[in-house]
Amino acid sequence: MSQATLKTSPAPLSISRARHSLAPWARIAGLAACALLTLGPVIWTVSTSLRTPAESFDLPPKIIPTHPTAESYRGVFDQIDVWLLALNSTLVTALIAVGQMVTAGLAGYAFARLDFRFKKSLFALVLATMMVPLQVTIVPVFLVLKSLSLTDTLLGLIIPAFPTAFGTFLMRQYFLGMPKDLGEAAMLDGAGPWRTFRSVYAPLATPGLAIVGVLAFNYHWNEFFRPLILETSGQNYTLPLGLVSLQGNLGTGSISVVLAGVVLSMIPAVAVFLVGQRPLREGITSAGVNR
Amino acid sequence: MTNTQIPAVRPSRPAAAPVTGAAQPSVRDRGTRLLATLFLAPTIVGIVVFTVVPIVGSVVLSLFHWNVIDSPSWAGTANYREVFTDSTVLVSFRNTLVFMVLAVALQLLIALVLALAVNRRMPMWLRSVFRSAFFFPLVLSAASISVVMKYLFNQDFGVVNWVLGQVGIAPVPWLTSENSAMAAVILVYVWQQFGFSFLLFVGGLNNIPKEIHEAASLDGATGLRKHLHVTLPLLSPTLLVATVVGVINALQVFEQPYVLTNGGPGDSTRTVVMVIYESAFEQLRFGEASAVGVLLFVLIMAVTALQFRLSRRFVHYQ
Repeated sequence: MSQATLKTSPAPLSISRARHSLAPWARIAGLAACALLTLGPVIWTVSTSLRTPAESFDLPPKIIPTHPTAESYRGVFDQIDVWLLALNSTLVTALIAVGQMVTAGLAGYAFARLDFRFKKSLFALVLATMMVPLQVTIVPVFLVLKSLSLTDTLLGLIIPAFPTAFGTFLMRQYFLGMPKDLGEAAMLDGAGPWRTFRSVYAPLATPGLAIVGVLAFNYHWNEFFRPLILETSGQNYTLPLGLVSLQGNLGTGSISVVLAGVVLSMIPAVAVFLVGQRPLREGITSAGVNR
Repeated sequence: MTNTQIPAVRPSRPAAAPVTGAAQPSVRDRGTRLLATLFLAPTIVGIVVFTVVPIVGSVVLSLFHWNVIDSPSWAGTANYREVFTDSTVLVSFRNTLVFMVLAVALQLLIALVLALAVNRRMPMWLRSVFRSAFFFPLVLSAASISVVMKYLFNQDFGVVNWVLGQVGIAPVPWLTSENSAMAAVILVYVWQQFGFSFLLFVGGLNNIPKEIHEAASLDGATGLRKHLHVTLPLLSPTLLVATVVGVINALQVFEQPYVLTNGGPGDSTRTVVMVIYESAFEQLRFGEASAVGVLLFVLIMAVTALQFRLSRRFVHYQ
């Protein structure tokens, strides 16, 4: 009897597998083509940045340059102060990332584990601000910063980015997922609420905080809209602004110089992609699954 | 509700708890409340100063004429009336809606097909190669990638037209014709953004229990039918999130049209956010810019509410 049931169940499965057995190579080939299409513009950018200006418009595009040269990269350093832009970008991005990890970690813990008045309405307020587009508030934010004389400073870019609704939400979920009895045990041992947070829960939250940090790094390293509005003098430009101005100065002439600049600005983003791929992916995926 | 039920079932427990806890928690509660205040202060103060007050500020500002130099003067609904008669603003709303519909549809379709394909049987390493590849554009800056795309979409020496030429399609004036500029902006945006929905879908598909698919196969469902009647309904909560986030993002598109076409040719790719930027920070018409901002906010709220309303009929929670 049991043998009979065992035999019947695999049979339809193998049929359905057989029906698709033609597909796998075609499916994988299709995926490979899509992946190539996705990476194509990036590969083209890197290879063109290594070509001589004379070869930059060559069609068909040569993936491996016949006369590879780093000349364009020197051109970027001649045209714009790459070091200054990189320093600005690094400073802004790193401070925002650390700031968001702190604020989101603290607020997320409070919402997950502490009891206080107006908890629900405050959390609703935080969630609601996720829906507010930056562009709707930018004029008053600009005025607030102006009244604090923070326009055209890096600080004006950094401070407003500290609170993160999404990060707070993420950290709350993260703390909610931790066992409650850990904290209760610490309390019984005489630890106050601060000690409980500091020695028990905060260390456990490191992976969650990494997600918040990597997401913040990725977003703010690439940020364009706020710097475009807030930073008016070139010495406060971040890399994306510098790049677009580089392109503006040169028109379509020295395409390989512009692309070399793009490659330079990509390096940290790619580094974060390689190192922080997992946290980044988890951050994005949890946007869909946890809600 | 649940609180009132517990004492009815177990009367002894809540009676005992307050007695043992009464002396301590009063001290502990004060500590907890202080800690909560300290922990929340940075986030709440930040949100109030940089989001709540500015929203109110935008609404107030939209009722005034103000160019920063002169002092503000009361405008009443004049800014809104101006917005509704300004052809550039109206066109920008139409462009943004067209962009939103096409970009989100394309993005979700590509992401869904690729997620389904990646989630089928293949070697682990290959799967992670594909996943990383589709996700990679997301880590790049929209502004600098738009600079790159400007060259790729060039009519005469761009790679896109060269590839089209190989299959016998005449060169398309991508960025210089009113008919095709929006298509180029959408393609560039979707190229960079589909990885986001892709990751959501991969996560959602992984959350579907294997047994359900096996059961469906036992019932004779295969291929497309299985996807339509089994996978899609189970994925519908993820689809909803992907659509809502996709729509909210798309309504705020700025970098791509700003860098690729600067809103042109004519006004054909000018989006709402570009209009906010231009009227506030180029023309110093803060009142009108705020009015446009408020209308964008209302539009986003309305579209999002509509999606949740519609979703009640299509979204199935397990």
